[in-house]
Amino acid sequence: MTAPAPLNKTIYTWNFKACAVIAGLAGLFLLWRFFFGIGSVSNMNDGYPWGIWIAYDVVVGTALACGGYAMALLVYVFNKGEYHPLVRPALMTSLFGYTLAGISVMIDLGRYWQAYNIFLPWHSNLHSVMFEVAVCIGTYVMVLWVEFAPTILEKYKAEQLRVRLNRVIFVFIALGILLPTMHQSSLGTMMLMAGYKLSPLWRTGFLPLLFLLTALLMGYAIVMVESFICQAWFKTPSEMPLLSKIAEFIPWLLGVYLLIRLESVNLAGNLALAFNGSLQGNMFLLENALLIAAFVILVQPKNRVRSKMLFLASSAIVLGAALYRIDTYIIGFDPGTGWRYFPSVPELVITLGVVATEGMAYMWVVNKLAVLPKAEHA
Amino acid sequence: MKIERRDFLKGALGGGLLLAADAKPAAARHVAKELPPNAVGILYDATLCIGCQVCVGACKQANNMPVEHTAGTDPLWENPEDLSAKTLNIIKKYGSGDYPVKDTVAGYSFVKRHCMHCLDPACVSACPVSALRKNSDNGVVTYDKTACIGCRYCQVACPFNIPKFEWLSATPRIVKCQLCSHLLAKGGISACCAACPTGASLFGRVEDLRQEAKRRLAMTPGDSYDFPVASLGSKEFQSHKAGHYIQQIYGESEVGGTQYMLLAGVPFDKLGLPTLPDESFVALADGIQYAIYKGMVYPLVVLGGLIYMIRKGEGDKH
Ligand code: SF4
Ligand code: SF4
Ligand code: SF4
Repeated sequence: MTAPAPLNKTIYTWNFKACAVIAGLAGLFLLWRFFFGIGSVSNMNDGYPWGIWIAYDVVVGTALACGGYAMALLVYVFNKGEYHPLVRPALMTSLFGYTLAGISVMIDLGRYWQAYNIFLPWHSNLHSVMFEVAVCIGTYVMVLWVEFAPTILEKYKAEQLRVRLNRVIFVFIALGILLPTMHQSSLGTMMLMAGYKLSPLWRTGFLPLLFLLTALLMGYAIVMVESFICQAWFKTPSEMPLLSKIAEFIPWLLGVYLLIRLESVNLAGNLALAFNGSLQGNMFLLENALLIAAFVILVQPKNRVRSKMLFLASSAIVLGAALYRIDTYIIGFDPGTGWRYFPSVPELVITLGVVATEGMAYMWVVNKLAVLPKAEHA
Repeated sequence: MKIERRDFLKGALGGGLLLAADAKPAAARHVAKELPPNAVGILYDATLCIGCQVCVGACKQANNMPVEHTAGTDPLWENPEDLSAKTLNIIKKYGSGDYPVKDTVAGYSFVKRHCMHCLDPACVSACPVSALRKNSDNGVVTYDKTACIGCRYCQVACPFNIPKFEWLSATPRIVKCQLCSHLLAKGGISACCAACPTGASLFGRVEDLRQEAKRRLAMTPGDSYDFPVASLGSKEFQSHKAGHYIQQIYGESEVGGTQYMLLAGVPFDKLGLPTLPDESFVALADGIQYAIYKGMVYPLVVLGGLIYMIRKGEGDKH
């Protein structure tokens, strides 16, 4: 496997400029939001207090950023050192994903200037799931920066600091495994409090476990998708042998997930709701169909060595698991007073702006820092 | 070394499964919350309510809330939309068809909506910064804007959709009925009850209000009885004919009980009040959180295990 190296290509491509335009537009709407209130740009309302800024940017966004967590688990806990080349790119996507999720939270918080209250002991509510999630995510963002620091220090030749950091980095690696385990499952617990407002197709005591499993599934799947995209765009060498190996245990994870997911609804006698033709029912079917399709593909060994099939399956996992999370936070949530929610255009643009910012940061970093494996024809 | 690692993993996995299995019993173990020592509340009797909305105006005045013009000339009356950031209480009307008899399913009924002041309030549990608190003495659920970060988890969590948010403000607050705690502090009673001309909204100690509600449920429909006005301790009474009550005190046991209770002649789900289990969802979520974290002991143990394994792994390589 080739050592990671900066790509050193032109950054200001057409893609980069497109991202910049979207981010700029989002910036304008953000100004509006901060002067005239959240309701002036978004369709969120008293019935649906959380929209896509939470459901997508934070709940899906952090899961998409679980590549670093999923790979670290593999490399450090299951002692599979051979996956090491995948850790750096995964860590970087995690870093961006989580940092931007943190920024999204600040956009979404109504009284953001008091956000530090969470850390003041006389305000902290240890019973609140939101408290746990907020503290965990906040700490994890810092941990990610420390974990990624060696890559930056390399670039700026800060050798002494890098060596010193390497001596204690195991603590941060450990935290980098513990914290996502905690807050990713808690993102599931969070919606338990919605009680009857959450449809029985999603409401189950297994929410924390299902959220943890989707975080891992998305983590591994996004590492694969990202690797395929980098091959196509940046012409980095294929990582197929490693990806095939990851694909070997995904069916297990996915199988356990599907079993719990479907049985928890079935045993509670609510499976009929899936077939009543409602939006909720259809989304439930779609979400699970995607994951079952991925399972069917990956359970056959011959498909795991075919890059097209792997790409298809990992994309289906990302989509299916993301949908599961959006369903739990928006589609499956019904306050029952005739409220409706569909994101407004400015609301969508702000979310797109966050994604575009992430894209720009990604392009900049892979060109400047040693993250991706060295390109074949560079 | 390999074996140790595997054992640790097995232990961790087994632990995880146990926790998942443990979740349900943990919730079931949760006992109903006791009433705070001096719990006060409101009993609303839909059969006495004449729909005059004096309480709505009195509430606005007592709490400095702006007038709200939502639709047409008679906004609060005709707009079925719920409470809002400008309106802490509301009288809503249930009606089916043109049948003119009050307090019957085929006819019509009023219902007054505002914060229930739950005994096990979901909003208080949800709030990460304790901006919502339940007073340990009188049980009133209050809000502190200097603590609130505006995350709106209270809105997601409240089973009655009570907390409202100032969507069009650059410095938004959560808004909800705080049982006129500023008036209570001065020894007064809630403005809506003080203003109610028929005693349909009645202030009092929750224990006494429960007794009063039971007395009413035992009345013979059509016979005349004395009904207290404004507050249970007041010496003012009015004589009314007892209504045909649904034999249920809404709020006696719903989600663990509430300090605002209702009586009506029409089933409560028809009046827009959700049918809820006796156990609060707080208990369920809390039970799971507790089972998983056991006061941060588990996470620290796991962290120790992880550090050990990572160091071992590094050692193996060199
Ligand atoms: S009704 Fe809602 S806002 Fe009021 S105390 Fe209960 S949970 Fe909190
Ligand atoms: S919006 Fe404010 S009051 Fe409601 S849960 Fe969040 S911090 Fe607490
Ligand atoms: S108790 Fe006070 S704040 Fe609550 S509804 Fe009545 S008047 Fe309004």
